[in-house]
Amino acid sequence: MRTVLTLLRKELLLERKVPQLVPAMALFSVTTFVVFHFALQQRDVDGDLAAGILVVTLLFATILGINRLYVADREEGGFDAFLLAPVDRTALGVAKALTLFAFLVLVEFVMVPAFAILLFGPGVGWELVGKLVLVLAMVNVGLSVIGALVGALAIQTRARDLIGPLVALPLLVPVVITAARALSPVLGADGPGAMEGQFLAVLGLYDLVFGLLAYALFDFLLED
Amino acid sequence: MSPAPPGEEAAPAIELAGLTRRYGLRAALEDVSLTLPAGATLVVFGPNGAGKSTLLRVLATLLRPHAGTTRVLGHELPKDGWAVRGRVGLLGHDPLLYRDLSPRENLRFHARLHGVGDERVEEVLDAVRLGLRTDDPLHTFSRGMVQRTAVARAILHDPALLLLDEPRANLDPAAAELVEPLIGAASGRTRVISSHDPAGGLAEGDLALGLVGGRTALLAPAGEIDPAQIGALYR
Repeated sequence: MRTVLTLLRKELLLERKVPQLVPAMALFSVTTFVVFHFALQQRDVDGDLAAGILVVTLLFATILGINRLYVADREEGGFDAFLLAPVDRTALGVAKALTLFAFLVLVEFVMVPAFAILLFGPGVGWELVGKLVLVLAMVNVGLSVIGALVGALAIQTRARDLIGPLVALPLLVPVVITAARALSPVLGADGPGAMEGQFLAVLGLYDLVFGLLAYALFDFLLED
Repeated sequence: MSPAPPGEEAAPAIELAGLTRRYGLRAALEDVSLTLPAGATLVVFGPNGAGKSTLLRVLATLLRPHAGTTRVLGHELPKDGWAVRGRVGLLGHDPLLYRDLSPRENLRFHARLHGVGDERVEEVLDAVRLGLRTDDPLHTFSRGMVQRTAVARAILHDPALLLLDEPRANLDPAAAELVEPLIGAASGRTRVISSHDPAGGLAEGDLALGLVGGRTALLAPAGEIDPAQIGALYR
């Protein structure tokens, strides 16, 4: 756990000193909402459409993050330095997943208000915010775990900018589908409706399965 | 330097028997065999692409040997790599430092990974004399100052074995003298040094290895070798 905290602290320090990922992901999200705002030619969206736009935008912002998650480690020797240390190698995967989770939360602080202003029709109340936070937290876990795993795989290849999205997108489709289905009633035109538990359960199960898979596989991804 | 675990005191620091390492079909190291006693210095010569850096990376546990036997600090690689990591200091062409962090931030990060206290960070920062620049980002440094920080990083955890790939590259004479007690013979550590300087390398080494195309072209006590023999490796 101490190693995870050391790595996480280094990631957050790097992003604080030279902000790269969070501003890029946030700007991408807001720009995408602006594009949807004009492309759909409607100010107010709700239900399925609103959930779809929100989740898909979050997905593509995450892909940006995944592509850059390990770049400093690869280009500046961080991988070798880590591999030379007498620590559990899985700690790097856990730290990267936590880093991506933290970045997604920061991005959502910008993204969700921008979505509400630019696209979302129905009013925003505390009930909606609470349900949104629950679903986004579960989505973030899935995106972070799969992102950390795929990022580690892609960074080992020469075509990492292509490999990352190509591997990540199919793995993230179930997260996107279940999240959109879970959010659809929450973003309904008549105010936040009851969430369908089955989609949250599937999302939670998917998070758990990939969490265990990433834990088991990560060490092998760092092997020569 | 950290004491050797029980049972390792008498073991040679490095024992290679038929070490082979390939990249795809190309052998970067082929059938390399040698024994280096603890506390001794092996100096490795050879033209570019001869396999010097690959040898250092295999000994550092960063690359797996593909054939032969490789024992480092009494442990067989890759099987017991976990026991060797943390007891090896690698100083390669890449400083293994984050450019946007300062020397102090970089070294504190490495210190925590190796379970070393912050007081040791201050000690090695003092030793490489970065002066008032210890909190400046590394990307504002000259290559020589980055190299001095990399030296501090390599010895931070007091390794038993130092793997040095042209360690004095980018260092001016004063800086080379400054790092001498840290990575030189006086450090008392077992060392493997990759060098292109026949006279300087032979003066520093106990055993000399010449590699050409990944194969052993020369292996003898450094004192018995004429610098001209090293020059011949490059022709």
